Amino acid sequence: MPPVPARGAQVLSVEGVHVWLSGREVLHDVGFEVRAGEFTGLIGPNGAGKTTLLRVILGLEPPAQGRVIVGGGPGATSEGAGPGRTAERVGYVPQKVVVDPDLPLRARDLVSLGLDGHRLGIPLRNRGRRQKVDAMLEAVDAGRLADARIGTLSGGELQRVLIAHALVSDPALLLLDEPLANLDLRSEHEVVALLARLTGERGVAVLLSAHDMNPLLPVMDRIVYLAAGRAASGGTDEVVREEVLSELYGHQVDVLHVRDRILVVAGPHGPREADQAAGLPEPPGRTRSRGV
Amino acid sequence: MHVLFEPGFFTDGPVRLALVLGGAVAVVSGLVGVLTVVRGQSFAGHALADIGAAGGSGAFLLGVNPLWGFVVLGLAAAGSMELMGLQRARSRDVATGIVLGAALGLAALFLYLDASYTSTTGVTTTVLFGSIFAVSGSIVPVAAAFAGVAALAVVVLFRPLLLASVNPELAAARGVGVRMVGLAYLLAMAVAVSLSCLTIGAILSTALLIGPAGAALRLTRRPGRAMAVSAALGVAAVWLGILLSYDSYYWPPAGRGWPVSFFVVALVFLFYLASSLRSPRHGHRRGAR
Repeated sequence: MPPVPARGAQVLSVEGVHVWLSGREVLHDVGFEVRAGEFTGLIGPNGAGKTTLLRVILGLEPPAQGRVIVGGGPGATSEGAGPGRTAERVGYVPQKVVVDPDLPLRARDLVSLGLDGHRLGIPLRNRGRRQKVDAMLEAVDAGRLADARIGTLSGGELQRVLIAHALVSDPALLLLDEPLANLDLRSEHEVVALLARLTGERGVAVLLSAHDMNPLLPVMDRIVYLAAGRAASGGTDEVVREEVLSELYGHQVDVLHVRDRILVVAGPHGPREADQAAGLPEPPGRTRSRGV
Repeated sequence: MHVLFEPGFFTDGPVRLALVLGGAVAVVSGLVGVLTVVRGQSFAGHALADIGAAGGSGAFLLGVNPLWGFVVLGLAAAGSMELMGLQRARSRDVATGIVLGAALGLAALFLYLDASYTSTTGVTTTVLFGSIFAVSGSIVPVAAAFAGVAALAVVVLFRPLLLASVNPELAAARGVGVRMVGLAYLLAMAVAVSLSCLTIGAILSTALLIGPAGAALRLTRRPGRAMAVSAALGVAAVWLGILLSYDSYYWPPAGRGWPVSFFVVALVFLFYLASSLRSPRHGHRRGAR
């Protein structure tokens, strides 16, 4: 069991990462740090490169340039990716996990696979492992779901079980790719509150990607804003500002504070065509008003 | 009236051979089949079975044991499917269909040549519908070795395969080589299907792969237990099938005997029907217990 890093210790460092996918530069000179016990939001419109960045951190996508350091040792570098080496230290909840209701896997089986799913052979019964799995399910308020087939869980319940799967090996860093997409408002609130509690209790660092920052505003310690493959990071007040985001997007954007919500919309001069390809800031909320 | 167990049943050489070989094949198909159903690769399983027709008929043409034809062509087909794209569900089905079509074309040619140029009679029936009572004793050790390898592969890759069947990204993030594991599994499936081709025939071997597994998955919620139940149901179907077939020499038309394959497939079908009556999903059980 790796010791839980002290709060504030650096658990992830992304340095000057460039990624090219099918002839297009998806990430350009992206750099930021994530610290233990902190909640970091990876915010940006669809197509900004959020998933690619998470895959680079996991070592599934080698960067063309730059490097990623997870915990004390190197994860992915431009010399080569190594998912096996980072697996023990990074928990991952992928986006859009859809499970067939007929899949013969209970919530406890999926959490158990978080401990040893990469191992070969059939596991022997082990009381220690069973207790660890049960405790983990309790920690994400999913104890009563332990024996349910994962395909029968609701969206919010499945997210909690996936979080348990990712955390059961006690990683220093937890990556979540758009875990709030397709959740109703109540489940969204529950998942965010749960993650905030886990960062405090377990000292794990959370890096969560979302296209809407508003549900995360009360709990986010830091923000990494990604637009058109470029990133700005820091406190929310430092990053979510017109001059910073306009620079990232490459065109004028307005940052509007409406009560306790923040809306990022394209400004009066509009995006140039090239930027449209890279993705407009997604209007937050459910309305589909594209600022002009 | 006579009883089902004729005195000669257990002392008859071909029958004993059939019970041993059929049982081993049913166990392997049962183990492999659960993951076939879980991974949604039933079509690939069926394709590999039909592709066996080309392998078996080709082997007759060359004068070697059909098992070699089933295995060699099955492995080649599995490899081609993987190369042509098993990454996405849709391109996976297209690749499978294309390899299947090409193999069935070969089967048409080989079966025609078998019928025209060799004196072997009944090749078509043997290849397509199996010949468990006519399996040559010399191939049994080879079949047992193949069975062992396929079962071992599935047992060894059990956890990575399960994790990848939930979500490939989840497995990849844990350091599982999803593509290699998938290929290894497909090859194990090709071997399992080849063994079924030898016993109950190329056309019918899907039944033994998918049927007991499908029934087992309705009877239990745990993956390990599903594999045990599936293997047990497969063995029950094969052994009962052999017994009924042996007994059917007394059935009309007297003295002819009905084929084993028919009984095995019919029993598998009955098992599946019975299992649907008692499915753990009935009642939309959620969370509770």
